[in-house]
Order: sequence, then C-alpha cells, then structure tokens
Amino acid sequence: MIMADSGSSEEAAVIGNTDITSTESENNIINTMVERGTSLLKKMEISVAEAEKRTGKNTVNMQETYTVYLIEIRQAESATEGGTPAAPDTLWRRYSEFELLRTYLLVTYPYIIIPPLPEKRAEFVWHKLSADNLDPDFVERRRVGLENFLLRVASHPVLSNDNIFFHFLTEEKGWREAVLDTGFQDKVDSRLKSLSAMLRVKSPDRRFTALKQYSDELNAVVSQLLRVRARVADRLYGVYKVHGNYGRVFSEWSAIEKEMGDGLQSAGHHMDTYAASIDDILEEEEHYADQLKEYLFYTDAVRSVCRKHELMQYELEMASQDLAYKKQQKEELVTGTVRIFSLKGMTSKLFGSESQEQRESRLSALEQSIEEGIEAVMEKNTECRDFVRAAWEDIERFKEQKDKDLREALISYAIMQISMCKKGIQVWSNAKECFNKIKLQSLLPNGSDI
Amino acid sequence: MSVGTPRGLASSGQKPITEIPHPLSAAEESLSPGPDVSISSGGDKDLELTNGTLVENSSPASASSTSTSALLSRLQVEDNFEADAADLYATTETRDLFVTVDDPKKHVSTMETYITYRVSTKTTRIEFDLPEYSVRRRYQDFDWLRVKLEETQPTNLIPPLPEKFVMKGVVDRFSEEFVETRMKALDKFLKRVADHPVLSFNPHLNAFLTAKDLNKRQGLALLTKMGESVKHVAGGYKLRARPPEFNAMGEYLDTFSQKLGTIDRIAQRILREQSEYLTELREYASVYSSWAGSEEELQRPLEGVAGCVTTCCGALEDLSENMSQDFLPVLREYVLYTETMKNVLRKRDQSQAEYEGRLEAAVLRKQEDRTPMPLEVEKCQDKMECFNADLKADWERWQCNKRQDFKQLLIGMADKNINYYEKCQTAWESLVTVLQDKQTEDKTRKRPTRQQISTAELCSCSPVGQIEGGV
Repeated sequence: MIMADSGSSEEAAVIGNTDITSTESENNIINTMVERGTSLLKKMEISVAEAEKRTGKNTVNMQETYTVYLIEIRQAESATEGGTPAAPDTLWRRYSEFELLRTYLLVTYPYIIIPPLPEKRAEFVWHKLSADNLDPDFVERRRVGLENFLLRVASHPVLSNDNIFFHFLTEEKGWREAVLDTGFQDKVDSRLKSLSAMLRVKSPDRRFTALKQYSDELNAVVSQLLRVRARVADRLYGVYKVHGNYGRVFSEWSAIEKEMGDGLQSAGHHMDTYAASIDDILEEEEHYADQLKEYLFYTDAVRSVCRKHELMQYELEMASQDLAYKKQQKEELVTGTVRIFSLKGMTSKLFGSESQEQRESRLSALEQSIEEGIEAVMEKNTECRDFVRAAWEDIERFKEQKDKDLREALISYAIMQISMCKKGIQVWSNAKECFNKIKLQSLLPNGSDI
Repeated sequence: MSVGTPRGLASSGQKPITEIPHPLSAAEESLSPGPDVSISSGGDKDLELTNGTLVENSSPASASSTSTSALLSRLQVEDNFEADAADLYATTETRDLFVTVDDPKKHVSTMETYITYRVSTKTTRIEFDLPEYSVRRRYQDFDWLRVKLEETQPTNLIPPLPEKFVMKGVVDRFSEEFVETRMKALDKFLKRVADHPVLSFNPHLNAFLTAKDLNKRQGLALLTKMGESVKHVAGGYKLRARPPEFNAMGEYLDTFSQKLGTIDRIAQRILREQSEYLTELREYASVYSSWAGSEEELQRPLEGVAGCVTTCCGALEDLSENMSQDFLPVLREYVLYTETMKNVLRKRDQSQAEYEGRLEAAVLRKQEDRTPMPLEVEKCQDKMECFNADLKADWERWQCNKRQDFKQLLIGMADKNINYYEKCQTAWESLVTVLQDKQTEDKTRKRPTRQQISTAELCSCSPVGQIEGGV
C-alpha cells in the first residue's frame, strides 16, 4: 500500500490510498453529490436498485420487450431511528419515462445545464463487448447511469425543488398525466426551433461564445478519446488472449519432458490465468468510459443553454430594432421629413398628404405601439438579464463539478491501471517461480533425482 | 587427422603446463568428466579411441576404470551442473579453453562489404602454442569451421550456426540489431564447440582460433560437404530394427521441434498484437494531450495521464524489442539444432544398416565356405558402436544444455514482462500521488466530509500480493 504524504495528517489516511477500486472512486462522486446537501437529499436516499425485463403491448398494440428500473426511496429519518429501518418506497419506471422527465426539465429550466441520461444504445464499444441493448452488462451500466442522473438532479440547487421531479420519485401512477398537464409540450416546439435556427446575433455575449466553443471542443475531444480508447481495449484484448496459447503448448511440451515437465505445466496454467484476466480488467474500464460519456452528453446540455441565450439575445435585438424603427417613423411623422422610404410616404407625396385627422390618428397609434415596444424591450431585457445571471451561476457550478468529477475519474482510471499492473506482475512472478523449479540435473530412468 | 579423446580434459590451468598430464596419458585416472566410451562399448574391450587415431602412449592402463567408477564420475559431473548453474557452458570445473566472439567491425572493399568479429582465445592446452590468441573472422569462416567439423566428426552433434542467408531488402545485414543478434549466436556456437570434449580438440578448430589467415578453401569445403552426405545416403542399406532408445530420440525431436515452431508462431503473433496496441496507445496519449490544451484546472492532470501513457509506450517498446532480439533467436537456434540432431540420427541409422547388411552377407558366405569373419565387418561393427556411444553422450549433453538454455530463456521472458509492468505501475502511482495531493490541497479549504470517512472504511481491503525476491 502506498501512502502519499499529502501533508494534511487527518486526511492522509484517506488520500493516497491507491487500493481504492474504481467503484469506490465512483462512490466518492456520488457521496460528494449527497453531501451537497440539497433539502431533497436531506430527506431521502435515492437509488435505482434493480432492472427487470417486461413484455407488454405498446401504443400500436404490438408486443414488445422492455426494461423497467426500480427506484428506491429511503426516508433519511428512518435510518436514524433505533431498530430496523423502514422498508423503502419503490416504484418502477421505464427509460422512456426518464426521457420524458428530462425533456420537461430542459424546457422548464432553459438556463440550467440539465444532467444527461445514459446512452440509449451502446456506442464506442470495443468489438468484443456486446452492443446489444438487452445485454445484462449494458442494462447494469444503464441502471447505474440512471441512478446517477437522479442523484445529479436531486443534488442540484434549483432542479431538486421541482415538483414534477418529486412526483417522479414518489408516485408511480398518474405521473405522465401530471407532466403533460404542465403544458411544457408547447414550449418544446419553440425550443426545437431555436436549436436548429441559424441566428445572427449582432452583439453576441463573449462569455457565451467562449463557452459554446469550449463545449464544442470538449465534445470533439472526448468523442475522439472514447473512440481511441475502444481501439486500445481491442488491441489489449488481443495481446492477452494470444498468451493463452502458451498455456496449451507448454502443456503439450511438458508431456515429452521429464525434468522440465512440471515447471512447464504449471507455468502454462499461469498463462491461462493471464489470458483470462483481461475480461474483468476491460469490464471495469467501462466504468471510466461511462464517466467520460456523461460529460460528453453534458456538452449537449451546455450547448443548448448557449443556444437558448442566443435566441433570447436575438429576440431582444429584434425587439430593440423594432422599437427603434417605430421611433424613427414617429419622428418623421412629427417633423414631416421622410428619411425612411415607405409606400405611404411616397403615395402621400404623389397624391397629396393626408389630412390632419389621419396624421393624428396614425401618430397616436404609433405612440401606442412605441409604448408597447418599450415595455416589450424592457421585458426582454429583464428576461435576458435574469437568464444570463441564472445561467452563469449554474455554469460556474457546472465547471466546478466537471473539474472535480473528471479529476476523480482520472484518478480512478490510474488506479485501475495500477491494479492491472499488479495483476500482471503477480502472474508473471508465479510463472517465473515455475520456471525456476525446472531441474537441470538428469533424472534417473526410474524418474527419481540423483 | 583429428585427435579425439574419450577421456576428457586436462586439469585446471593453475598448474604450469609442463605439469599437466597429457589427456591421453596413462596416469589419468577416473577423473574423466565426460561420459565414458567404455560404458557403451563392448564391455571387456580395451579402451579405443573413436577415430582410430594413433595415441602417443600405449592404450591407457586405466582401462581399469570400470563402468561403475565411470558412472560415478559421470554423476559427479551432473552434480556439478547445479553448482555451476550460472556458468552455462561449464562441462567440468577444469575448463581450459575459453573463447569469446565480440567487437564487430564493418569492412568495405571494392568487391564487397562484410562484417568481421574478434575471436579471442585463452587456453592452457599444449595443442596451442600460445596461451592467448586474437583473430578476426567473418561468418564465412564460421561456416567453414562447421563444415569441417561435420566432415571430420560425423558421429558427433555439431552445434548450429545462425541462418546464413538473409534476404536483402527485407533485413538490413548491417543494422546494429542484426549484427548483435548474429554475434551472440556465433559466440554461443563457438563456446559450445570449445566445451565439447571431442570437438574442442579438432585441429580445424585450432586453426580457426589461431591462424592469421584461414586457408580459404571454402568453395571446396562446400562440395566436400555435399559429397559426404551423398556418400552417406548412397550406402543403400536398409535398417532392420532401430534400438528403442534411438527411436525415442527421434520421436522426441519430432515433437520438440513441432512445439518450438508453435511457440515461435505464438511469440510472433504476440509481437504483432503488441505493435498494433502500441500504435493505438500512442494516439491515445496524444488525445489526452490535446484535451489538456482546452482545459485550465484539468490541464495538469490530463498532461499527467498523457505522460503516463507515453511512459507505458516506451516500456512496451523495450519489451517487444527484447522478445524479438533475445527470445526468438534462441528458439530458432534450437530448431536448427534439432534438425542437425535428426541428421546425426539418420547417419547413425545408416551406419547400423551398413553393418547389418555386411554381417548378413558375411554370415551367408561363412556358412558356405567357412571363412572367418571378415575384418571389414568387424570394422563396421566398431564404427556403429562408437557412433552409438558418441551419440548417446552428445544427446545427454544436448539435453542438459537444452534444459539450461530454456530455463534461462523462460525466466528471462518472465522477468522482462515483470519489468514492463513495474515500469508502468511506477508511472501511474506517481501520477495518483500528484493528483491526490492536489485534491487534498482543495479539500483542506473545506471541512472533512462523509466522503472521506466512508473511503477510510473502504481502506481495509488487502493489497494484491506483493512478490518478494523480484529481479
């Protein structure tokens, strides 16, 4: 065991322990979320405990197989009472319900970076791993990912207070209706529009531009990293598995040897062990890949916040522009000069100016419009300002979270590598001992030593 | 003609040369380290030399060295093997001929470019005029020596040479790696010959080690070699029944060379996989580096990971290089060795077949006209029996060397792998320390959390078994 001298004595026992497994490291991340101490998490412990296959009829009345996940809520107080803790409240949810929840949150809190769901289909797989959605390993990893999602939302200072979210965790029936009742669906369309529209903002907020750029870079580099990692895993698998052939050939060879037989035979077993060890090693590494994927998907959430801001900014600029134009029009009407070309202006020039009444009614209509316009601009301005403030608060929170989580993930990855090295040393040392046992002396014909 | 001795080498070079008894002198008792011919020859007969050459003294009185004492002395030698385990090529504690091949140099002439090696000799034997020699030899010369040995010692197993021909354009004959590998193999070859109780007294070896300019009749030598093998085959006698021990040898060799071939293929496959792994690993490192470029807080950790992966790449390169330079050549050498041994077995078969054929013919004639057993038949019998004895002796020696060589080879392979993992582990461990130190730095600003407490509880897992007595 290696104890790093971190300088802080109380915490030295903890930090520097390279025997932490990756699961424990993940627990570190979860515990950090818990300790964040949102009021929700103070009241309850949330976990996604199981996954189960179900079959049923879907909306087009066809049989389908799907997986449901068991959400367990433990009341925090019950754990502190003496005696046996109360049984947890449980309910089952499908992946599609999680998706619905997330969409609702996206629409309702456009200035918040909404935590992502685990991937729907397995991507970036190295080819020995199954890309099948019903594969138990994949389902298991998805279960972990869903739990992670719930904890992220539950530990968010804003999102944890949402009623629909609370409802999601506590009431199995009627939740779908409740969500739809909020009418968030209407906003969905405009959101989709905003995400795909090509907007040209005149004075973009430099911070948001920088953030969007960073988010795109992060997306690109993490995608690349995941791709290369999958290839590395493939190759490493090959190296280990080919060593398994030594096992067989040593065994065959040992059959024709007297003095070398035992040593070769047992060494061969160790080679088999070595070849088999890669399966667990790579399975564990998938956890690391999942951590990276979470942040890959996070970049989409960041991007959409930036886009929403862009849209808001654009609308604000449009409103201001509109107001400016109306003011211009009024000025012309009042002073009689025509700076802005308008058909009305031209026709009045050609066919004589309008009557005083007409002018006055136009003027008052315009003034009304300007009033409304000023209000609209003020509203949009406030909206924008509030959005920016709230968004940046969340962005700062996200940045901190990201740095911490990814650092933790890198540490756990390094620990995985150390564990792999230790296993390798163990196996080869065992094999070396077997080779060491090879006798150099000839055995007598009856097989005994001289 | 060559001088062979069944009795073994003179005692250690500590004594002045004049005091050292001649190997063939009657004074020498059962200190004979090598397997004795007397064991397997006709039993009661006087000791005779395998090659029928003249001996300075009359046949040694120590024919009294009976089978038992010879067996004992043989056992003594085997015991010494363990003591001399580190000294790979010691056949006895009384070695008196030391040879080394080193110092490769390139020679460029108008006709050709080639490499020569320095061959150094230290000896106390009186067959040599001087105690020390240093000559330069090229591969051709080694080949010449081998051919000569095969010619003149047809009943002995001659160690193999590394491959003669290399495809130009595929392998660089002048690359450091190639020359290094070849030189090691030549050194091994020469040491094996020098340690052989019979071969080391061959005058061609003497010439090889001492002459300024070898008599360059290599072209002729090649023809002679071919002639010899033709002669053997053209014996035309059919073998009746091979003694079981030689059958067993043949079967062993077949299976053994098969397994060697398999191991060679596996090793090559591993090298290929490792090479592909290395390629991906390098790109992997560079992606971490490029990610570090867009980060602030995470820049150092990401650079750290990139650095670790790069270190592992270096360690992997070393491992692969070692496999291809040290491991594979020895495997291949033993494949050649096995082939050579099979050839010797075939020649032995021929010798037996010839004897049996002649004997049959003579018996028939004897029945007809009562003539005594012709001399040539007796000579054949002698030849066969000597051949058998030599072969068995060489076989034992070969088996011994094989065990030693492979033990060393396999241990070496294990060591290199352990080494590789150790390097990687060290790199990752120092990274974890750095990363966790930074974490502590951040944490000391905040109060201790539940996270740390629960991790401390998880701390109680035992470490993966540490192996003591590493390299």
